Amino acid sequence: MYAQMVQSEATQDDPEKLAAFQARIDAGEKIEPKDWMPEGYRKTLIRQIGQHAHSEIVGQLPEGNWITRAPTLERKAILLAKVQDEAGHGLYLYCAAETMGVSRDELTEMLLDGRMKYSSIFNYPTLNWADIGAVGWLVDGAAIMNQVPLQRTSFGPYSRAMIRICKEESFHARQGFDAIRKMAEGTSAQKKMAQDAVNRLWFPALMMFGPSDKDSVHSAQSMAWKIKINTNDELRQKFVDQTVPQIEFLGLDLPDPTIKWNEERGHYDYSDPDWSEFFEVIKGNGPCNVDRLAARNKAWDDGAWVRDGLLAHSRKKAARQHAAE
Amino acid sequence: MKNEWPLWEIFIRGQHGMSHRHVGSLHAPDAEMAIKNARDVYTRRNEGVSIWVVEANHIAASSPSDKGPLYEPSESKVYRHPTFFDIPEEVGAM
Amino acid sequence: MTREDAFFQFLLRMGDNTLILGHRVSEWCGHAPVLEEDIALANTALDLIGQTQMWLGLAGEVQGEGRTADDLAFLRDAWDFRNVLLCEVPNGDFGRTLMRQFLFDAWHSIQLGRLMKSSDERVAAIAEKASKEVAYHLERSADTVVGLGDGTEESHRRMQEALDYLWPYVGEMFQSDDVDAEMVKAGIAPDPASLREEYDVLVSRILGDATLIIPDSSFAHKGGRTGAMHTEHLGHLLTQMQWLQRVYPGAKW
Repeated sequence: MYAQMVQSEATQDDPEKLAAFQARIDAGEKIEPKDWMPEGYRKTLIRQIGQHAHSEIVGQLPEGNWITRAPTLERKAILLAKVQDEAGHGLYLYCAAETMGVSRDELTEMLLDGRMKYSSIFNYPTLNWADIGAVGWLVDGAAIMNQVPLQRTSFGPYSRAMIRICKEESFHARQGFDAIRKMAEGTSAQKKMAQDAVNRLWFPALMMFGPSDKDSVHSAQSMAWKIKINTNDELRQKFVDQTVPQIEFLGLDLPDPTIKWNEERGHYDYSDPDWSEFFEVIKGNGPCNVDRLAARNKAWDDGAWVRDGLLAHSRKKAARQHAAE
Repeated sequence: MKNEWPLWEIFIRGQHGMSHRHVGSLHAPDAEMAIKNARDVYTRRNEGVSIWVVEANHIAASSPSDKGPLYEPSESKVYRHPTFFDIPEEVGAM
Repeated sequence: MTREDAFFQFLLRMGDNTLILGHRVSEWCGHAPVLEEDIALANTALDLIGQTQMWLGLAGEVQGEGRTADDLAFLRDAWDFRNVLLCEVPNGDFGRTLMRQFLFDAWHSIQLGRLMKSSDERVAAIAEKASKEVAYHLERSADTVVGLGDGTEESHRRMQEALDYLWPYVGEMFQSDDVDAEMVKAGIAPDPASLREEYDVLVSRILGDATLIIPDSSFAHKGGRTGAMHTEHLGHLLTQMQWLQRVYPGAKW
């Protein structure tokens, strides 16, 4: 998902405190920043929320790629509002992470020098206008699968950020579907773009849920802490089941010929994405990794004088006020 | 790191007559910019009619370990709640 | 020139300013110095795009050839654009973008204030809605210009450079021609030259607070609002903006 393969940190705390902490979570209580929490819980959450925030910010780039080429004024406004929301979501999430004593600048620097990751999906390019539809519909659609249950996560600030994000997110999936639907029902050239987008983004979207987590002990710990609510495979299946009929509704070909309804399971069968490709992308070898990080680094470096300048002015102003009093 | 903009807590009055409610935080170099940033970040969907901002490190908070002494005593004062009193129906609205 | 022709030209001038500037500002999305500024710039761009829909929508209506705001935005060539050159110059660094925004917002807010009293109700209604948005744009861009002008040595230097670069594009906003004369006669819009005094007072005050020096030159580039001569930059902007509409004519998006 937006936070993929987040390893839970081992925890070496007082067993009594740990048990009391787990009891609070089991009782459905929210953990707030000033409450006692295991070191592993704190570290895992910082990593998970941070990665989620980074994904929103890097996620602005593939869609932002089309803002200046949007085909109508209305589409331009919708896309701009949507990419702006991603910035907002990143902001809410950074703030949630900050309640645990790490600053946004620290997190940003860890993204920029590669110590922290963001979702693999944003290392894929957006090549035609239908990609904008497909990203909203498939990528945000996949993200929502994970984000809706995370509204119930045990950490209060994270849960509140997710509630706010989910409220805004359904606009994203709907505008995406609306955009690609126009194309699927349009000229043959538009239909070709729509098909191309679905074909290219289908497997990367499935990768967003992360590899099968049935053997992962980290996953079990995160689920006990309620910072991960469902397994990767559960969510992926749910996504496939929801999306296949939508592709059919659009009259597009399924991007995976093995997709087939399985009466017995009550689910669609589908093929796994190429996990070796996924691990390459995670390692930095996706089609856009280098460009994405370079763009974020450039924005950060070029913006330094602005951040410093405005802060220096505020300090001068405060000093002048102080002197006048 | 030393030049990071301070963190501000944002409170928004959603409708006339309601209290300000904490909606989240953001960074800004000073209070005026924090109000403007709050307008841009937290009222994109028509959510507010009034904004308060407080620098996060100026907020004094109760400690979670004081939860017992601070809040539990009020639990026993059930007579403070109107539902404590049985009023005969014939008396009418009260 | 008939009054209808002049009115159409006037509406293109309003709508092309917001279209081209909105496009420029939207280029920042995802690349601003800090998240809060990224979000704020997007809000400004969104307001400008919305105003474009209103101005160009009315232009199409006045022209009476059945053209929509999208037709006008995406299917005219550079010589048919009527925005001032200030709006089309490239973003440069964040300082230049905000200086350009401020220099435009200051004019825009005064212009909209006058247009609220337009004899044409449709113009007055658009101005009324836009003026609230632009009042905020101006507050924000002015604060940022002051903050960066009176910030660090580097930010001060960059803001002075931005002002030096952009100042020659300011004069065009106040030049009058036949179109304007016709609009004044009809009571639809003010004479551009009549806004200059109020503009100078406002801009001098803010730039003074920003510790910046207004270049001592009244030279003004021109040609944008008449369409006589745009900069080289406009063609590149349109190449991106109009590409899909041009390659796939008649498609619905």
